Amino acid sequence: MPRDYIPILIFVVVAAAFPIVTLLVAKLIRPSAPGKTKLEAYECGIAPETDTRGRYSIRFYLVAILFVIFDVETIFLLPWAIQFDALGLFGLIEMLVFLAILIVGYVWLFRQRALKWA
Amino acid sequence: MEELLSSPYLPPLVATLLIIALFPLVAGYMVLAERKVLADLQVRLGPMRVGPYGALQPLADALKLMLKEDIIPSGADKWVFWMAPVLSTFTALSAFAVLPLSDKFYVADVNIGILFILAMSSIGALGLILGGWSSNSKYSLMGSLRAAAQMVSYEVPLGFATVTGIMCAGTLSMQGIIQAQYERGVWGAFDNYLLMLIPTVLFIIAGTAETNRAPFDLPEAESEIVAGFHTEYSGFRFALYFLAEYAAIFVISGICVTLFFGGWLRPFPNVGFLETPLNVGLPVVLFAAIALACIKGATRQIITGFKLGMFGLAGAALLLAALFAVPVINPLIVGLFWFLAKVAVLVYMFIWYRGTFPRFRYDQLMDVGWKWLIPMSLGGLIVNSIAQMLARS
Repeated sequence: MPRDYIPILIFVVVAAAFPIVTLLVAKLIRPSAPGKTKLEAYECGIAPETDTRGRYSIRFYLVAILFVIFDVETIFLLPWAIQFDALGLFGLIEMLVFLAILIVGYVWLFRQRALKWA
Repeated sequence: MEELLSSPYLPPLVATLLIIALFPLVAGYMVLAERKVLADLQVRLGPMRVGPYGALQPLADALKLMLKEDIIPSGADKWVFWMAPVLSTFTALSAFAVLPLSDKFYVADVNIGILFILAMSSIGALGLILGGWSSNSKYSLMGSLRAAAQMVSYEVPLGFATVTGIMCAGTLSMQGIIQAQYERGVWGAFDNYLLMLIPTVLFIIAGTAETNRAPFDLPEAESEIVAGFHTEYSGFRFALYFLAEYAAIFVISGICVTLFFGGWLRPFPNVGFLETPLNVGLPVVLFAAIALACIKGATRQIITGFKLGMFGLAGAALLLAALFAVPVINPLIVGLFWFLAKVAVLVYMFIWYRGTFPRFRYDQLMDVGWKWLIPMSLGGLIVNSIAQMLARS
């Protein structure tokens, strides 16, 4: 029922207002004395030499891709989990086949060393 | 006015305002509890100066953080830097909207409750990533990259464990999940011939990683990357990140309690003769014991104000004990008591881990997530689905 969601809407609005309002209040009462060295990015006291937004390990990208696959699988599992009793044995076997395909993919990833970090 | 009072949205509105107003205080006292428990584990005293036994420390900390200067690094992306902690806090607090604190006290009970919480916590990861990226500091960027990869990796076993719990309950509504456990006469964790213990344990492990708590606190590993994603944050923005972290701990514990430990149900909800000893006897004895401990603590205080404060706490605990003894009020508050008691046990465990386990190395963390937790949670799902099919046919 869409009407059930109105309390959530109220809550979300109040929850969003809370950090914004407290930040604005804090802005009114705190001191502000910026300086050139104070505003530098922290790098153990040494002036930063290279730009931060450089390259980083491809591994992070790989993890993100793998996550998408597995997260979509989770989403497909949800409707089956709710209707477990109604779908019965047929649903269980269907889902085991689905999971078997997923596991084959997982084993392949394992053997491709995609899950190995170092 | 009368129309307003009879509106169906008044109770949720009151609950909303209560939760949003009280949770920062609760988070403050969670921090104090953490410092005290960690101190105890390391044979120290912890905060002792501000108030009796450091009881007013959270208020002093909050005031200090309010009054601190707010530094935005000159290289930072100002708009994103401003928005990231707000996003983190907002999503962490939003999850409370569907958390079933008791059978009477909750904001909303929708048919996709647990999905809403999972969605909100996924958006919460963005707050960390954006905060680390926008700071334009190398430590922050490394922390946020680590946070992103870790939260994404552990969300998969967390999701599988949740699906197993949902399969057992047959609904996504938070109140419905608790109701299902009542009808089956057993907590989710002990269902399916104890096989549900597998997803329960995996949920707690993955939940610890999702909230970036030790031993999975790589995103803010002090010994390696200063403070991780919030290196450049100071003052009240830093406080907001802290608030979000503790809200996330509370929410993860709340989901775990709802899915696997019976939510606001008392232990053995179907055993009739235990109702009076557990619902009336236990809270009364507990709060009376707290009152006694407060009085004992008061006699050791030298400063008059602290002494009076401890007597005040004792009085409050006695009042609570008395409230639980009144038959009319007891059913209204006993659900809340059980929910908060179970959450408190889980939060204590989170603190305990931090005092006990050494931090993982990053490759170990990824190995545990991808090579152990994911196959184990998948196996748990398959084994439980077969056991449930056998049990119900």
